[in-house]
Amino acid sequence: MFKKAVIVVVALALIVGFAGCAPAAEETPKVEQVLTYNVGAEPQFFDPRKATGIPEFTMLLNLFDGLMRYDIQGQLVLSMAESYDVSDDGLVWTFHLRDAKWSNGEPVTAYDFEYSWKTALAPKTESEYAYQMYYLKNGAAYNSGDITDPDLVGVKALDDKTLVATLEAPTVYFTSLLTFTTYLPINKKLDMENPDWAKSADNFISNGPFTITKWEHNHQIEMVKNSNYWDADKVKLDKIVFLMVEESSTELMMFENGEIDFGNNPPLPEMDRLKSEGILTISPYLGTYYYMCNVTEPPFDNVLVRKAFAAAIDRESIVTNVTKGGQLPATAFVPGGIPDAAPGAEFRDVGGTYFEPYEPEKAKQYLAEAGYPNGEGFPEFVLLYNTSEGHKIIAEAIQGMWKDTLGVTCTLTNQEWKVYLDNRSKLNYQIARAGWIGDYTDPMTFIDMWVTDGGNNDTGWSNLDYDNFVAIAKGTGDQAVRMKAMHDAEDILMDEMPIIPIYFYTNLNLIKPYLKDYYISALGYTDFKLAYIEEH
Amino acid sequence: MKKYIINRIFSMILVLVVVSSLTFFLAKAIPGGPFTKEKKVPDVILQRLEEKYHFDDPLWKQYVSYMGNLLKGDLGPSFRYDALTVNDIIAKGFPVSATIGFLAVLLSIILGLPAGIISAYRQNFWQDNTVMFASLIGISVPSFILATAFMYFFGLKFKILPIAGWGGFRYMILPAITLAAYPTAYIARLTRSSMLDVLSQDYIKTARSKGLSEFKVITMHALKNAILPVVTYMGPMIAAIFTGSFIIERLFFIPGLGKYYVTAIYDRDYTVILGTTIFYAFFLVTANFIVDILYAFLDPRITYAEKK
Repeated sequence: MFKKAVIVVVALALIVGFAGCAPAAEETPKVEQVLTYNVGAEPQFFDPRKATGIPEFTMLLNLFDGLMRYDIQGQLVLSMAESYDVSDDGLVWTFHLRDAKWSNGEPVTAYDFEYSWKTALAPKTESEYAYQMYYLKNGAAYNSGDITDPDLVGVKALDDKTLVATLEAPTVYFTSLLTFTTYLPINKKLDMENPDWAKSADNFISNGPFTITKWEHNHQIEMVKNSNYWDADKVKLDKIVFLMVEESSTELMMFENGEIDFGNNPPLPEMDRLKSEGILTISPYLGTYYYMCNVTEPPFDNVLVRKAFAAAIDRESIVTNVTKGGQLPATAFVPGGIPDAAPGAEFRDVGGTYFEPYEPEKAKQYLAEAGYPNGEGFPEFVLLYNTSEGHKIIAEAIQGMWKDTLGVTCTLTNQEWKVYLDNRSKLNYQIARAGWIGDYTDPMTFIDMWVTDGGNNDTGWSNLDYDNFVAIAKGTGDQAVRMKAMHDAEDILMDEMPIIPIYFYTNLNLIKPYLKDYYISALGYTDFKLAYIEEH
Repeated sequence: MKKYIINRIFSMILVLVVVSSLTFFLAKAIPGGPFTKEKKVPDVILQRLEEKYHFDDPLWKQYVSYMGNLLKGDLGPSFRYDALTVNDIIAKGFPVSATIGFLAVLLSIILGLPAGIISAYRQNFWQDNTVMFASLIGISVPSFILATAFMYFFGLKFKILPIAGWGGFRYMILPAITLAAYPTAYIARLTRSSMLDVLSQDYIKTARSKGLSEFKVITMHALKNAILPVVTYMGPMIAAIFTGSFIIERLFFIPGLGKYYVTAIYDRDYTVILGTTIFYAFFLVTANFIVDILYAFLDPRITYAEKK
């Protein structure tokens, strides 16, 4: 592979006769700077305002540049914004933009941002992720059609370089939200002339490290370095090829054969081998794998039953023997990796653990208190999961743990993905698996799920104190108050246990050792702005 | 003959209408929809999407409008792929699938037919046993096992061919061979049994007693009759293979049409489910029609003329 690349480079150099070859900078590596990344799926939407999936995020964040960006250490840094000021009440954010160009050479202005944000919220755009912008004043009202004047939405360009965002409530993590695809800028002129620009590579204009050159649907997307990017000096990769290989065994073989440098889908049966060969890269992932209970019906309407079932799960055994990907036993709902109020503190460390990873004696005690000593008289029940080998082996393991520890009998049922989602939301289940990946780096992305009648609260659980704590946290910009309220909320959630945390997810990747300086976000996407390929 | 053809065309249209109607209502009957996601789309946005695609209309109304567009040749938008219409998906995917399909069909005839003839001619000799054993493997080993083995040996171990992907003839070899395994084996067995049948008949004895060479007897006289069941099988086989195989295209990472037959159902991508199904049905009835016409040429006893 490498030899061939050299031959091609030499041949090309001979053909063009070394014309226009500037002396290479010293730090520029000599190997071909082409990365092949398996993104695994054709994007659903390639317009940043509408994108919803992690594969799209990875591609879009390499194509575009928002006001803020995460660096390779995971620190939030200024990107399109040169600086910003926040009003004392935390509601008005003024961003000062740097000099930057679109890939076609036109300047990126605050008007582009204003236009993007407003159209992302516009009902006719039909963005499924528009709610990520409900933080903006009147964002929700404009999106739902209650108001029709876009000028009432809390975003305004004062001039080419100044963008003012006005929020509904103080939102401390607003800068973190700004890295989200929905807040990326699009080229206003392009979008007005050609609303379908994001459907092919032909007219695509972006403002990030790379720009798109080829898009073969359901096969691959090619990007090349964007020479007009404001920070282009730091971008080392010349080209990224995003393949859409869906089959994990094919991905692994292509990876081992050097046809892929970076894969996302290591097959579970190969986990042990991949770990022992050092091919598997494990990194933090902001997500929780849990079982949820339908609390509107017996037997899971009884909190003691739920606690018994939670305590009877041996989480250590599941992560070591079943999932095998470095996952952590979850002894709370909010995963690690989210900052708390005090500088340097983590929300998870401050909140601590709510129970031990495995408490069989307590489990028996809870069940006896609930009126089912040794599981006597406990009705047979059904555990629901969506059809997948991974969920199946976890469910089988837990079924066994419940049987051994509590003496209860459980039947496993699997349903096709959307049938399962449908039944979940209709509370057509007794106990079911679920997973949640955070949208942004703040506990709120996990905490506000469980408010009464929340869109993603598929348990039927409702607790007014909990709702109050969430409201307190959402209504203030004071980090100490916010974090305290969210810890209080999590206390209630873990005491009432409508959901049973099982493990915290990890990002599992196959990455060639010669690829350096990429950034895998705990939110699931990968940034190649600074990445390069080392000589090998 | 003319009248027969006109009748056949009418019945083909009827079949397509029935298939598309059934598929329409079946697809709509599955729980969940294209906007069902784990991170729930807020109600207000969901409502707007459903209005836009008229999911809130009564089912008969949706059906009428779909059929109306179908007549105009418009198969509608895809819900899963914002950048593609169903017409795009078929226009891009079908040529890819058909290329591999063509190679696979060619391979299965070139290998299967002679293998079947030799097998019948040398019945119960080692040639026969070898062909029968090989065809047993071809029929019974699942294609994903074959595919994985090929990828491992030819790609990873010996580095003769690329493991997977699409970009020229080298990429077509392994998928075409994998895809050809089952039909090759099936054609070999089919040819063998019908050949055995024909070889025991009187007219073959006559041909032999006239002093014709064995080669001529087999190819000129026996094969012409023995090939009828093979031709029958070719119709549906070509339709199935040309429209793409989900497993082969997924494993070999080929941007064909095959994947959509399965993924569209998972995605509740109603228009893609319908479009691909109608396309396949159209292919199938056309292939069968051509087979029936071929009969008349192959076997003079078959005629589609009106009985006087």
